[in-house]
Amino acid sequence: MTTALSPTAPALLRRPSRLTTNLTFISRSLTHTIRTPDALVMAIMLPVILMLLFTLVFGGAIQGDGHYVDYVVPGIILLCAGYGASSVAVDVANDMTNGIIDRFRTMPLRASSVITGHVVASLVRNLVATGVVIGVAFAVGFRPDASPLEWVAALGLVAVYILVITYLFAAVGIASGGPEAAQGYGFILMFLPYVSSAFVGVDTMPAWLRPVAEHQPLTPIIETIRGLLTGGDVAVDGGQALLALGWIALILAVAIVWTALAFRARAGRR
Amino acid sequence: MTDIIAVSGLRKSFGTTEVLRGLDLTVARGTVLALLGPNGAGKTTLISILSTLVRPDAGTVTVAGHDVAREPEAVKAAISLTGQSAAVDDVLTGAENLRMMGRLSGLTRSAAARRADELLARFDLVEARGRRVKTYSGGMRRRLDLAISLLSTPPVVFLDEPTTGLDTRARAALWDIIRDLAATGTTVLLTTQYLEEADQLADRIAVLAQGRIVAQGTAAELKALVGGEVVSLVDASGELVRELPTDGTVEGLRAALDAMGTDAATASVQLRRPSLDDVFLHLTSTPTGADSDTDSRGRELAATKG
Repeated sequence: MTTALSPTAPALLRRPSRLTTNLTFISRSLTHTIRTPDALVMAIMLPVILMLLFTLVFGGAIQGDGHYVDYVVPGIILLCAGYGASSVAVDVANDMTNGIIDRFRTMPLRASSVITGHVVASLVRNLVATGVVIGVAFAVGFRPDASPLEWVAALGLVAVYILVITYLFAAVGIASGGPEAAQGYGFILMFLPYVSSAFVGVDTMPAWLRPVAEHQPLTPIIETIRGLLTGGDVAVDGGQALLALGWIALILAVAIVWTALAFRARAGRR
Repeated sequence: MTDIIAVSGLRKSFGTTEVLRGLDLTVARGTVLALLGPNGAGKTTLISILSTLVRPDAGTVTVAGHDVAREPEAVKAAISLTGQSAAVDDVLTGAENLRMMGRLSGLTRSAAARRADELLARFDLVEARGRRVKTYSGGMRRRLDLAISLLSTPPVVFLDEPTTGLDTRARAALWDIIRDLAATGTTVLLTTQYLEEADQLADRIAVLAQGRIVAQGTAAELKALVGGEVVSLVDASGELVRELPTDGTVEGLRAALDAMGTDAATASVQLRRPSLDDVFLHLTSTPTGADSDTDSRGRELAATKG
């Protein structure tokens, strides 16, 4: 009987390498994504529906010349990223409230790598969703005039934004009490694009709201992407681009520190 | 050192709630210790501290020669924990769970796959290996959880209420596995609410109440604290009227019946072995603030001991 338990069992747990740990957690989270396609489908469907809504239904009223699609696509892309990233909060919250996090924390490995796994999987998920959204945008008449270099810069900015917002949602997932709460907080963050220059110019907003919309982080990011994709020969507003990068760096720093602190605080308090 | 787990003066509070109040405990290498205690006694908190999940407020705690607060990484390499809620991934299959955890335990890909196959066979999960864990029954989840804990053979294994919620057959199977583990020289510390379980598996039993170890010994020693038998008086409707422990002799029985008074003369008499309830009530009764039923009953039992 005793031999049945441990013929090939190693006597002690060996600490796996950082790389192995991260790859294992990434592959776990990617498997989750493939096996629970609802999140992926929703992350693609909602922005596509919104884009069709804004271009085909509201577009004529907002801007009658038929070029509204060129204006709105950058905002839709960021909205899509935010929506897709919000599911990482639920994934993380699920892990944190399930016994599995205790298992990871009593193994000789960096338990916070489980967060890295979710973040990377979410990044992959979101890039796929963004690709679909851009494809649909072309189908409804999106005609950017970006050079290849501008495309690379725009997509790079989108990818970095997705990473940042995913990290932020991971922190939300750790700090929230559970998956339901995480979903609720996620919703709040998702309304941010509406109060920005994503859908309408900020100069159409009431005077009291304008400063909020002008100075919130999404506006410079959207303006920069829009400038790159559809700005024609006009150079991107350097100030806006710097502001966009500054906001992204700041939010990323906050999210990483918050994730680390929240993970340590939450750990062992179940 | 012979004590693979040594705890002294351990204190832990959560907010204003003092959960562990100066707990001392030692576990000899290669033995099975059952930690018995009512809900809220601090069993899970103690396990969490021993497995480095929770930091102690005061006291020293060493596991496998390493201090849990100062050298948590060394402790983690020497233990495995099976907690109360099964720590398995619902979306993955049983085999995938084992292989993933094997990789995270430092096994190579092929070694993890080989070990997973062995454990699936050992824990009777071969049929279910390709199914997602979401579809597993409670007993299957427990078995998988325990199998993951045994991917390697750490010197110390913690099991927090391993058989809670299992049917009789699954429980017996789990007991066999724990016995196998003990036979290989692994030190096992398990918590349970069932005296029978402690009786079956443990070399020693420690009773935890109100944040302290209030008694330690073999199952027989603990039961002896309560007395040999318990006399119960039951009225016509089957309602319990009164209970007293006795030593099981004619003399003792007569004395106990006399002590119960004459108002219950028509009640029927029953004799039974002491239960875990009796041991608990006996050991956890407090001399102060005793106006509830349990307290007064506990005191009666305690009073006959000396």
